[in-house]
Amino acid sequence: MNEFLQIFTLALLGTTIRISIPYILAALGATVSELGGVVNIGLEGLILIGAFCSVLGNHLTGNPWLGVLCAVAGGMLFAELHAVVCIKFRANQIISGLALNIMAVGVTKFFLKYFFHSSSNSGRISGLPRWDIPFLSGVPVLGDIVSNPLILITLLLIFAVFYTVYKTPFGLRLRAVGENPEAADTLGVNVYKMRYAGVLISGALAALGGVWLAYDQHQFTDGMSGGRGYIALTAMIFGKWNPLLAALASLFFGFAEAIQIQLQTIGVDLPVQFIQMIPYVLTIVVLAGSFSKSTAPSADGVPYEKQ
Amino acid sequence: MSKYRDLPRLNAFRRAALLPLFFAGLCACTPGEKFDSSKPAAGLVFDVGGRGDKSFNDSAYNGIERAQKDFKIPIDYIEPGEGADKESALRQLASGHYGLIFGTGFLFTDDINTVAVDFPAKKFACIDYALDPSKAIPPNVLAIKFKEEEGSFLVGAIAALTTKTNAVGFVGGMDIPLIHKFEAGYRAGALHVNPKCKVLVGYAGVTGEAFKNPAKGKELALSQIGKGADVIFHASGSTGLGVFEAARDRHIYAIGVDSDQYAEAPGYILTSMVKMVDISVYKTIREYLNGTFKGGLQEFGLAEDGVGYVYDKNNKDLIKPEVIKKVEELKKLIIAGKIKVPNK
Repeated sequence: MNEFLQIFTLALLGTTIRISIPYILAALGATVSELGGVVNIGLEGLILIGAFCSVLGNHLTGNPWLGVLCAVAGGMLFAELHAVVCIKFRANQIISGLALNIMAVGVTKFFLKYFFHSSSNSGRISGLPRWDIPFLSGVPVLGDIVSNPLILITLLLIFAVFYTVYKTPFGLRLRAVGENPEAADTLGVNVYKMRYAGVLISGALAALGGVWLAYDQHQFTDGMSGGRGYIALTAMIFGKWNPLLAALASLFFGFAEAIQIQLQTIGVDLPVQFIQMIPYVLTIVVLAGSFSKSTAPSADGVPYEKQ
Repeated sequence: MSKYRDLPRLNAFRRAALLPLFFAGLCACTPGEKFDSSKPAAGLVFDVGGRGDKSFNDSAYNGIERAQKDFKIPIDYIEPGEGADKESALRQLASGHYGLIFGTGFLFTDDINTVAVDFPAKKFACIDYALDPSKAIPPNVLAIKFKEEEGSFLVGAIAALTTKTNAVGFVGGMDIPLIHKFEAGYRAGALHVNPKCKVLVGYAGVTGEAFKNPAKGKELALSQIGKGADVIFHASGSTGLGVFEAARDRHIYAIGVDSDQYAEAPGYILTSMVKMVDISVYKTIREYLNGTFKGGLQEFGLAEDGVGYVYDKNNKDLIKPEVIKKVEELKKLIIAGKIKVPNK
């Protein structure tokens, strides 16, 4: 019993948050895209692109904030591909997302070789400076969390996305084209434009998840997204297409992973596989609808053709 | 028939336009200009990661490149990349002029076994071949294995003699027997010189992704540092770059793997457990040219200089001379068979 108490430390909180950040950002992105009616399973690729663009931007300009900007631009550009294929050409959204993921691996590797002459990792970059907040920054663990700009930005984005989706005209229109594009169109909402916006925002958010990964390591590593895009997708479903719940689900998945890391360190032999399946098992339970009905937007994944 | 009926209808102009294509096709089939088909040649198929991985693949490439310079033989290589067909890459080299073909990495084991049976006149070598007791190694296949546990034993001893907190860590990539060898040797080495030393262990995952997840590596390392570890050895591919990052952050030492990783975090890499993939490749090519190539299992351990640790101008200030003296003694004892290093 004592062993189990050992793992619930302040450090566990830090680990949970650090692991969850990319999940949260990508899950927020997925939610926005799907509320608008476009399934985006290309998150994995978008994270990777974001990570690479941030490192490249930081490397070329020497300014970490410009790196973040590059990542957002790169993520939106890459998501634009998905948007054009799915919205304009009404192609299968799953296939397009899958193509995005496969393409991102190749594209980042190609440019990694071109700019950094390595197939494994880039050179070292500076990363974002700490924001020193009086009093709080000195506190162990908690100080590290509050003085990290990306963590604060993520926190802000959770509420910004929630507010935008549920409290603004833009959000209302976005949800309308995801639920019933015909009706929205009749009322004069530009369905295509709204859907483009949803996909592009998801590209920017997922790319920020990549920035976190790259800046935390101070470098880009080939394939560093490591399946996080898929976990984010399950977090979105587990969070029932609600940005706030999706963020909470991401935190929960991060918490499970943090516990598993702590258990390994103190030598409790819980199989790695067991913890790794938690997100997926929970998602299946939610999808199976045993204690809640599935709440995907009605027109999610259905291309819209103007009559 | 109808398929061919259209062919004569192509007018002269179109046919002329096709000609360059035809010749381009021919050229692609003929070997490059450097190629002299009268000489034996060696080919190599890279593992995922390919050239420039600063580790395993680069080391293999160094070996084959040195052989090219020293023995003046033509060489070629293929980088199949992510999830690509390793078997067809091997076949492509085997059906060319290449007499000796290397597969880099344990993932090639099954493919080499299949292709080697189809090309009995060619020689194959597989680095990190995964032995399967129920299957025999084909006679034209050389299974190259390294005694990683012996090298890990020595860096484990260095770690346990360097730690100030009496706790050292190990971060593994994928949870598989190949990586357990590193862990077992490391643990045995640490406990051999310092029985009171705690060895904290973490694995990044159970799929191939576990070798490419630096963020997970960093969290595993930070968690071990939180429990007191001040030297951490990794055997986890680029996941280990996260371990180095944690070492920089918290000012502790990390130990590299496969090749000398000092440059990844200068001042924080205590040493590296090196696998001399280049030496094994070079030696194999030499044997092949001398006609002494023999199929079967060949293990490279401390005695064969196949594994070892790094001690050079970069890290000589990080390791105390008496530690090196002790480790060199241990090395002699292992080579003499006085210490048996566990491998699981």
